[in-house]
Amino acid sequence: MRHPPDAALHVRGLSVTFGTRRGPVPAVVDVDLDVAPGELVALLGESGSGKSAAARAMMGLSAPNATVTADRLRLGDTDLLALPQRQRREVLGNRMSMVFQDALSALNPVLSIGDQLGELFRTHRQVSRKQARASAIELLGQVGIPAPSSRVDDYPHQFSGGMRQRILIAMAIALRPELVIADEPTTALDVTVQAQILELLDELRRDLNMAVLLITHDLGVVSEVADRVMVMYAGRVVEAGSADDLLSRPSHPYTEALLRSVPQAEHRGQELYAIPGSPPSPAHQPGGCPFHPRCARVVDRCRTERPALTVVSAGRTAACHRSEEVLHATVSG
Amino acid sequence: MPPSPGDLVLDARDLHKTFATGRSGMRKSRVSAVDGVSLRLHAGESLGIVGESGCGKSTLARMLVGLERPDSGSIEIHGRDVTRVRGRDRRLLRRQVQMVFQDPYTSLDPRMSVLELIGEPLVVHKQVTSDAARRDRVAELLGLVNLAPELMHRYPHQFSGGQRQRIGIARALALDPEVLVCDEPVSALDMSVQAQVVNLLRDLQRRMNIALLFIAHDLSVVRHVADRTAVMYLGRLAEIGDTTTVYDAPAHPYTQALLSAAPVVDRNRRKLGDRIMLIGDPPSPANPPTGCRFHTRCRFAQDRCAAEQPVARRLEDASDRTVACHFAEEAQATATAVG
Repeated sequence: MRHPPDAALHVRGLSVTFGTRRGPVPAVVDVDLDVAPGELVALLGESGSGKSAAARAMMGLSAPNATVTADRLRLGDTDLLALPQRQRREVLGNRMSMVFQDALSALNPVLSIGDQLGELFRTHRQVSRKQARASAIELLGQVGIPAPSSRVDDYPHQFSGGMRQRILIAMAIALRPELVIADEPTTALDVTVQAQILELLDELRRDLNMAVLLITHDLGVVSEVADRVMVMYAGRVVEAGSADDLLSRPSHPYTEALLRSVPQAEHRGQELYAIPGSPPSPAHQPGGCPFHPRCARVVDRCRTERPALTVVSAGRTAACHRSEEVLHATVSG
Repeated sequence: MPPSPGDLVLDARDLHKTFATGRSGMRKSRVSAVDGVSLRLHAGESLGIVGESGCGKSTLARMLVGLERPDSGSIEIHGRDVTRVRGRDRRLLRRQVQMVFQDPYTSLDPRMSVLELIGEPLVVHKQVTSDAARRDRVAELLGLVNLAPELMHRYPHQFSGGQRQRIGIARALALDPEVLVCDEPVSALDMSVQAQVVNLLRDLQRRMNIALLFIAHDLSVVRHVADRTAVMYLGRLAEIGDTTTVYDAPAHPYTQALLSAAPVVDRNRRKLGDRIMLIGDPPSPANPPTGCRFHTRCRFAQDRCAAEQPVARRLEDASDRTVACHFAEEAQATATAVG
């Protein structure tokens, strides 16, 4: 674990609860997270795991029916919890920004790309129209849009999916934020374009020393670019650690099972390892460890007692009563 | 009569399909979605189709199940051309080729119970004559996809995504088809559920000797499931052959780029940096490049590629694969030298 003073993002005890007609639904429970400058941390989880709700809460973009609580939520040396709403908004875009999954709905269809990018500079930097346009062209070039000066007046529908995602990334990095949160930025894209976008994100965070929090459900994407990984299940972090470590030696049975279920060339044609059941809905969570009904290593204790997130080795945490054994199994196996 | 293993079940030849786009008048154009695709499916065999969005793989699937009529070309089922027929012969196509759709949330009517959903094709094709017979057959089909028969009176919203996809598969199996066309059958499912459905399809294919056409953008899933793999680019087959050959020794520059772009979970095999990075996006199928349609993004492209469309051919390495590239030998040699 990195120490808070040098973290770009420092989160402790983040919880998000949605108010619904059937009562409160806890989507995120007690999440701790740090991202250092220049570091890429992946938040891995399936639908309903709370990864997107957590990301939105950190950005301050939660839905109106969400209640967000946290012990600490800091961006660099700024306490986001103590900021009045107006100043919190100023931080958005300026010091932290977000890349959304669906670029077509995240962009305004009736404004040209130049206007949308330029607006950032004009609002936050109070520059002239002309300067804003020049900055927009420079940015488009930086994210790899060919012939940016002739495309700056085009509208979102005139760009392909990959190009639109590049434009969203351009908007996110426009004001040189300390932190970018990317929510499934490549999920809607083809693999060859996904590779380009991942490469771009990787390059930008190195060049600009940005902290990147990548929200994804894709183990392959995590493996390609992440420095550290946090695995979420049923609203909680169940395992965290460096990507190299965690992907080669998982210490939570959920991570272990996910990795085992990925088709491998050596086992072509054989039965795939399949996790039984499906992820629980946040409204109906099993008692004890939320993974126990699907877990291959379940013991009686798991049904009644929820394991706390504890340190299993240097820089590694896991929430499992049997994490030692899981860790050991992958070493010997 | 059930086919014996290895029988040629489906033989599609030189399929073409174009769509008109744009409103009338200005900017009207024709999109060439599938341009000269031929493929054969044998009983009990699985053929994977990979390619990026817009490559025509879904249009191809829809033609094979009869949801679209090809502009030209033929689809023979057991030697009978079903492309242009109507009435009784058309129903033959409908019965013997069935489809599993991508999204189990929108492909099942929310107002129909599972019994009605799975029983519908049985009633339409007059396979059952009584309610009791329908119920028995639906129970049997639910058993095939590992769902309890008691669930037949429930509605789609009471099931999880993986269970819904099983219902979609049971419905596709209702008429004992010989060919099952699966268009992205697992990509809408949670990752921890995908393996269950992949295993089920593979198991059904073997047990019931069904020919499986498996379309997916996830290359690792196709490698796992398919005996043979076809790679499509902008409406044409770039390469088709034995799955191990295509994955381990790709000969088409596009196959090579596609495989190298796919993220790998194993960190030790991570290749960011030494992958073949394609420039830009695929060109629009409304205005495809001349000659070889891949030449605008190909690292081996020469003048000849822009002028002359490469024909599918076998290489001299005697592998079970055909490739449509003028410079496949060079591409393969380069890939081997690097890899």
